[in-house]
Amino acid sequence: MPNFLHSLASPARFQRIANAVLPWASVLAIGLIGTGVVWGLGFSPPDYQQGDTVRVMYIHVPAAWMATFCYAVMALLSASFLIWKHQLADLAARAASPIGASFTAIALITGSLWGKPTWGTWWVWDARLTSVLVLFFLYLGHMALSAAFDDRERGGRAAAILACVGAINLPIIKYSVEWWNTLHQGASVFRMDGPTIDNSMLWPLLLTGLGFNVLFVVLLLVRIKSELLARRIEVLQRARASGRG
Amino acid sequence: MNAFLAIIARDLRLATRRGGEAALTLGFFVVAITLFPFGVGPEPELLGRIAAGIIWVTALLAATVSFDRLFRADMDDGTLELLALQPLPLELVVLAKAISHWLLTGLAVTLLAPLMGLMLNLPGAAYGPLIAGLLLGTPALSLLGGIGAALVLGARRGGALIGLLVLPLFLPVLIFGISAVEATLIGMPLTPHLLILGALLAVALPVGSFGTAAALRLALE
Repeated sequence: MPNFLHSLASPARFQRIANAVLPWASVLAIGLIGTGVVWGLGFSPPDYQQGDTVRVMYIHVPAAWMATFCYAVMALLSASFLIWKHQLADLAARAASPIGASFTAIALITGSLWGKPTWGTWWVWDARLTSVLVLFFLYLGHMALSAAFDDRERGGRAAAILACVGAINLPIIKYSVEWWNTLHQGASVFRMDGPTIDNSMLWPLLLTGLGFNVLFVVLLLVRIKSELLARRIEVLQRARASGRG
Repeated sequence: MNAFLAIIARDLRLATRRGGEAALTLGFFVVAITLFPFGVGPEPELLGRIAAGIIWVTALLAATVSFDRLFRADMDDGTLELLALQPLPLELVVLAKAISHWLLTGLAVTLLAPLMGLMLNLPGAAYGPLIAGLLLGTPALSLLGGIGAALVLGARRGGALIGLLVLPLFLPVLIFGISAVEATLIGMPLTPHLLILGALLAVALPVGSFGTAAALRLALE
């Protein structure tokens, strides 16, 4: 197993795997998200209390799942970069950060739009919303820190340390609805006793959730490939400049 | 042990000689608190209700403002490299620096807090929990803030970034520091909140020293 993980660190091998995976993953992502969103927005039952407003759930909940999932992936990549010094792990962690920040922003905005008709307010400072906002700031801090250094490698290591330290926020987000008296709904899907949500709503939700997950993989692979290409261009430009000079 | 105490003594001596810097943090604390009556109006009832929050938040901001100079002066004149090379582990060096930082900012802020409470019409029962909370919370702030201070060493415009990095880490301390005051004011027991603040300090000790030491080693390469 360690050998397999170490072998993943080679950029050439990564390019081969990424090129093989990307077309299928893209099709899968489009298919899953398309089916899930159309099913959820069009064909799933309205809520007995909220009516049709509940349909935001099919965007809001998967985005929120991805927000925390991206951070967990980023923290694991950062930890493996700090321990084994895999350059690719550093690249991947920094590529994942803006994707995670976007998912968090989507979750916050769609949640706000959902809260206005149902709770009567755009925002409330309860534990779940506040801890997700803190997650958003952690992403922004990570992106700012990795860009703040002239030496890119040092920026990567500083950002990796920050990602690992900030991972403490993840269990706080997950359990915030249990530990505190919050306005936000408690866990309905990922619970010890199983989901409390009806199957007619659960299926489109899981489809969209899986679709967002595959979308994350697709975006991450594309970003890593672009970054590797950008670095190769930089090396070539530098070689040409020094060759001329 | 000698080296540990020597580092604390050195920082304290330097701060008293330079004088201005430690006083700057306290000055910021007092001035920022003074701004609030101008902002929300001088009504004593209103100020009394938000007094604990004002004092806590301003203590956080004062700590954040002071982190930039925690390591920068030592980095600039080469002391940091010497500190990293000597036999005492870097984690303990960081702990010593956090203690001296706390003595100069956190402890001073805690001692000034009752006076600020008087000016803000803080309810009488709130003074005890406020001071106890600040005593437990400000060392955690010094420890966790060291991570941010060390991470931005060598970054361009690093000082501005420290706030963004450490404020998410400060939030639990703030939340439970305030809840200690609120609980006392509604007659609930104080001990659970102080125990949680103590737990946060216990977590901040290893996380702060190891995290800051890792960031310092990164900065010294």
